[in-house]
Amino acid sequence: MSANILVIAEHDGAELYPGTLNTVAAAGEIAARHDGGGGAGEIHILLVGENLGEIAKSCAKAAGVTKILVVDDAKFAHPGAEDVAAQISAALGGGAYSHALAPASTFGKAVIPYAAALLDRQAISDISEVSEADTFVRPIYAGNAMETVKSLESPVLLTVRTTAFEPAAQDGNAAVENAAAAEPPVRVKFIEHALSSSERPELTSARVVVSGGRGMQNGENFAMLEKLADKLGGAVGASRAAVDAGFVPNEYQVGQTGKVVAPDLYLAVGISGAIQHLAGMKDSKCIVAINNDEEAPIFQVADYSWCEDLFTAVPALQGELEK
Amino acid sequence: MKILVPVKRVIDANIRVRVKSDNSGVETANVKMAMNPFCEIAVEEALRIKEAGDAEEVILFSAGGEKTPETIRTGLAMGADRGVHVQTDERLEPLTIAKMIAAVAEKEGADLVILGKQSIDGDNNQTGQMLAAIMKRPLGSYISEIKKNAEGFAITREIDAGLEKLQIGSPAVVTTDLRLNEPRYASLPNIMKAKKKPIETLSPADVGVEIKARTEVLKVAEPPAREAGVRVSGAGELVDKLKNEAKVIS
Ligand SMILES: Cc1cc2nc3c(=O)[nH]c(=O)nc-3n(C[C@H](O)[C@H](O)[C@H](O)COP(=O)(O)OP(=O)(O)OC[C@H]3O[C@@H](n4cnc5c(N)ncnc54)[C@H](O)[C@@H]3O)c2cc1C
Ligand SMILES: Nc1ncnc2c1ncn2[C@@H]1O[C@H](COP(=O)(O)O)[C@@H](O)[C@H]1O
Repeated sequence: MSANILVIAEHDGAELYPGTLNTVAAAGEIAARHDGGGGAGEIHILLVGENLGEIAKSCAKAAGVTKILVVDDAKFAHPGAEDVAAQISAALGGGAYSHALAPASTFGKAVIPYAAALLDRQAISDISEVSEADTFVRPIYAGNAMETVKSLESPVLLTVRTTAFEPAAQDGNAAVENAAAAEPPVRVKFIEHALSSSERPELTSARVVVSGGRGMQNGENFAMLEKLADKLGGAVGASRAAVDAGFVPNEYQVGQTGKVVAPDLYLAVGISGAIQHLAGMKDSKCIVAINNDEEAPIFQVADYSWCEDLFTAVPALQGELEK
Repeated sequence: MKILVPVKRVIDANIRVRVKSDNSGVETANVKMAMNPFCEIAVEEALRIKEAGDAEEVILFSAGGEKTPETIRTGLAMGADRGVHVQTDERLEPLTIAKMIAAVAEKEGADLVILGKQSIDGDNNQTGQMLAAIMKRPLGSYISEIKKNAEGFAITREIDAGLEKLQIGSPAVVTTDLRLNEPRYASLPNIMKAKKKPIETLSPADVGVEIKARTEVLKVAEPPAREAGVRVSGAGELVDKLKNEAKVIS
């Protein structure tokens, strides 16, 4: 059995998403634990889309990666889960790889199980630690428990909790190769994207995240948090309640069913700290909570708890930072 | 059109789960169980499609132990027509469940299967995607909107960067995100009516699926606890601590 590992690149047609580099790092940890004769195998990246020249160059820089397999085809301009999964299953079909990994983003979570089922394999979701080449730790029950699970088959297909792995360095020099496109079992028709553009850092890789909850009362009040985030060079996030109430778009949601973040500084403003919210942020290095309810559960996980009306506290904090 | 909705029985989302002291799993004895919240959303959407006149029948499916029919009843009380229960006490992995669903969808001639995007116990987020691959049907994962049209279904997906609109053919498989709808509460008369609705009980062999473990759970442990923090009472104090104690801002 080959010990090569395939990482699936995530991108938006213009840029490589940073989570890909964290996934390469997880692949590196698996490679280091492979004991198959001859030691660690190679790490390759699979890149699917159209006009991939620049993105392939970014992939080639990922440290530890030796080869980029590029499936560049006009029909994959907006690849569906079916399209990417078909390429993964084709790449893995011949026994050339022991593992395939993608970030546990909405992209990776859609394509990896799809590809696994095409290969009649059981995927393992959202790994946060590599124990052995076939054994992984992952959060279950919204992070209330950690499961150690061993795969009994090969290849092993995984999605990776990117915040749990430091990104691979970018001083590599992998070879770029074109690969033939495999035919997906069915196709869906892309209509459009409605994406909010933001100058701020991307939520899942930002060093600072300022999140607001129902306590913000409305969307306009989020301007306060945006200003604070800009001062700190951070991103803005939200609880589900704030998203459901329409204060901010869905992509701001942090939690069990939203995004997982682990910044150096997480500032929770007007958020109660439900377990489903904590699931997405409790691995942050430093948590600050601003809430006017003495009993708010968020205070139990916060490093710094400030019991105060947010409409007083946030402007005061802004003022202090601008001093 | 027939709609099949796979629903899962899980520990109620409001319960704080406890890890068993022997690290074999989480405590489920005497714990309140409920329908997985994403499955409730799936049932609600199926009912709305039926009420709009676009479907004739909503069938529920669930695989699990002998109490599983209780969860199916919850969906029948919301308004679904009938249920199919594959009874087994074995640990079920998403691929196995997807194969069971595929067999039932095939047998029932379901044009649309609506699943939850994720079960809140295992947090797998896999079954719908696997089902689409097995049945070679178009997939709409994490949907916040679905409309039937001549070509199949127009859907909107919640993705990390925002929203994505797709047109998918029919028959199809979709999985629900939280903002697709607000599930209804079952009324008392409907709860009574649900008691008479049929639930068919099948074995894994009846649906032609062999249960074979492809993963092994070695251990379930408590997550690392965060140390208790400190109170601050003003912006000056907080900024000082962030700069000089936590050293997360400069
Ligand atoms: C299946 C499922 C999945 C879920 N997934 C997620 C998820 O991914 N992410 C998520 O966040 N939630 C999720 N939830 C929802 C979660 O359970 C909570 O309902 C939600 O996180 C609450 O959001 P909140 O803290 O903003 O609102 P609330 O719980 O209403 O809290 C608002 C807080 O603001 C404080 N406040 C109000 N006014 C002020 C003021 N003037 N100054 C200071 N403080 C103030 C209040 O004291 C309160 O603590 C999920 C739920 C389920 C069932
Ligand atoms: N035992 C089960 N019986 C019926 N449906 C299930 C079962 N397990 C999972 N599902 C369906 O698959 C969805 C996703 O589950 P999962 O892949 O485990 O996160 C759930 O929301 C259900 O719709």
